[in-house]
Amino acid sequence: MTEIWDGVRAAFWLVVQLDADLIDITLRSLHVSLTALVIACVIALPAGTWLAVRRFRFRRAAIATLNAFMGLPPVVVGLIVYLLLSRNGPFGVLGLLFTPTAMIIAQVIIITPLIMSITHQAMRELWAEYHDLLISLNTTRTQRIRTLLWDGRRALLTAALAGFGRAIGEVGAIIIVGGNIDQVTRVLTTAIALETSKGDFALALGLGFVLIGLSLMVNYLTHSLSQTERSGRW
Amino acid sequence: MIRHLILLINLIWATAATADTLRMAVTTSFHNSGLADVLLPAIQKDTGLDVHLLVVGTGQALRLGRAGDVDAVLVHARSAEDTFVSEGYGTHRREIMYNDFVLIGPQNDPAQIATQNTVTGAMTALAATRAPFVSRGDDSGTHKKEIALWVDAGLDPDAFGPWYRSVGAGMGASLNTAAGLNAYILSDRASWLNFANKSGLALLFSGDPTLFNQYAFLPVNSARHPHVRTEAVQRLEQWLTGPKAKSLINGFSIDGQNLFVFNAQNP
Repeated sequence: MTEIWDGVRAAFWLVVQLDADLIDITLRSLHVSLTALVIACVIALPAGTWLAVRRFRFRRAAIATLNAFMGLPPVVVGLIVYLLLSRNGPFGVLGLLFTPTAMIIAQVIIITPLIMSITHQAMRELWAEYHDLLISLNTTRTQRIRTLLWDGRRALLTAALAGFGRAIGEVGAIIIVGGNIDQVTRVLTTAIALETSKGDFALALGLGFVLIGLSLMVNYLTHSLSQTERSGRW
Repeated sequence: MIRHLILLINLIWATAATADTLRMAVTTSFHNSGLADVLLPAIQKDTGLDVHLLVVGTGQALRLGRAGDVDAVLVHARSAEDTFVSEGYGTHRREIMYNDFVLIGPQNDPAQIATQNTVTGAMTALAATRAPFVSRGDDSGTHKKEIALWVDAGLDPDAFGPWYRSVGAGMGASLNTAAGLNAYILSDRASWLNFANKSGLALLFSGDPTLFNQYAFLPVNSARHPHVRTEAVQRLEQWLTGPKAKSLINGFSIDGQNLFVFNAQNP
């Protein structure tokens, strides 16, 4: 019990003193996870909507596979990305292993199926509603996808936030491909793993509280910017 | 609001230009001791080198060197190091410093290893009592040492019962497990002294010459991996074997105990 209190105190002091290392690590966490989120959204939002609009032969199998990939184990993704990027691997010449780029690649792979799947679920409902209208207006497929994306933007926000949540709290993949190098690839989650291994639970817990606070802040910020949950709006 | 947001975005995506960097794989025991935090800033100051440390077990450190993912390794497992060099992955092996291994266990010491004169006696007593023992199990230098100690005592760790727990983790994480299980464990002295969660554990046995723990520096061979930063590695080696490193390594202490002894040979 005392350790939890020590953790709360450590977190409090870390934040109050604006500890330089902490700010550095936090910004790196945001850098990696937000970049991964943007890339994943660019891929997953149109792809998920396309999957809802388009009828094709292996659609059912594609959706089932996609849903299964939502639970892709990060450690395995990390290991595969590691082997691909290692100097011995096919992409070794790029020299990307143990860089933030490698961490971003791993996180994109982890969160894209998740965002795509949630997008698909939401867009399917919306498509059922808009189907007759959009067909009768004789719209092209691109126009339909764009309409759905715009009108379903609140649901897509949820999809993106779910992806962000998975990325920012993820440790298994990025500790493998990033190597947890101080000042280069150390982020909040890998720093927590490191402090725990040193037996410094207070600092680890402190970092943990900072991570949770950060997640909350990003969510509040997105909601206030997109003006959801205001009176008179849905 | 928007201006703050832009500022935040700039902060997040600003990339710092890195000048002279090199990657070195080091053992968890070296890093957990805290010595790295003393040496790295001094290296940066004297040589301008930004050394990126990958903290892994000796086995993985040598694998990283084999794959060419690092420029040099600093590890402690003599036979594995010799193989690394003889197979042509490393150019040479340079001894830097040593410390020693210690046996840690519950304060009440059910196996009475504190009364033993030799480490072989202590290991035999542990196996005879079947008191819980935590093994690193990660092919690290410490793990290899522990296996060698069992074998020296005429015992086979593979045949041990459930009291012998292989956790497959780094030094710190294994010490955490030992603290949780109130078990015995082999650790290097530095990691133990620097470990914060000692609850109920104590240093029970040390001082046998067999427990000597030599650290060596091995540059990765640029003949195999042309991208290795040989020039930077040479500068680092020169610094690590020089007078500044000597005074910092010999002067490094925790709770008044000196942890490492510098023993690099200069021709």
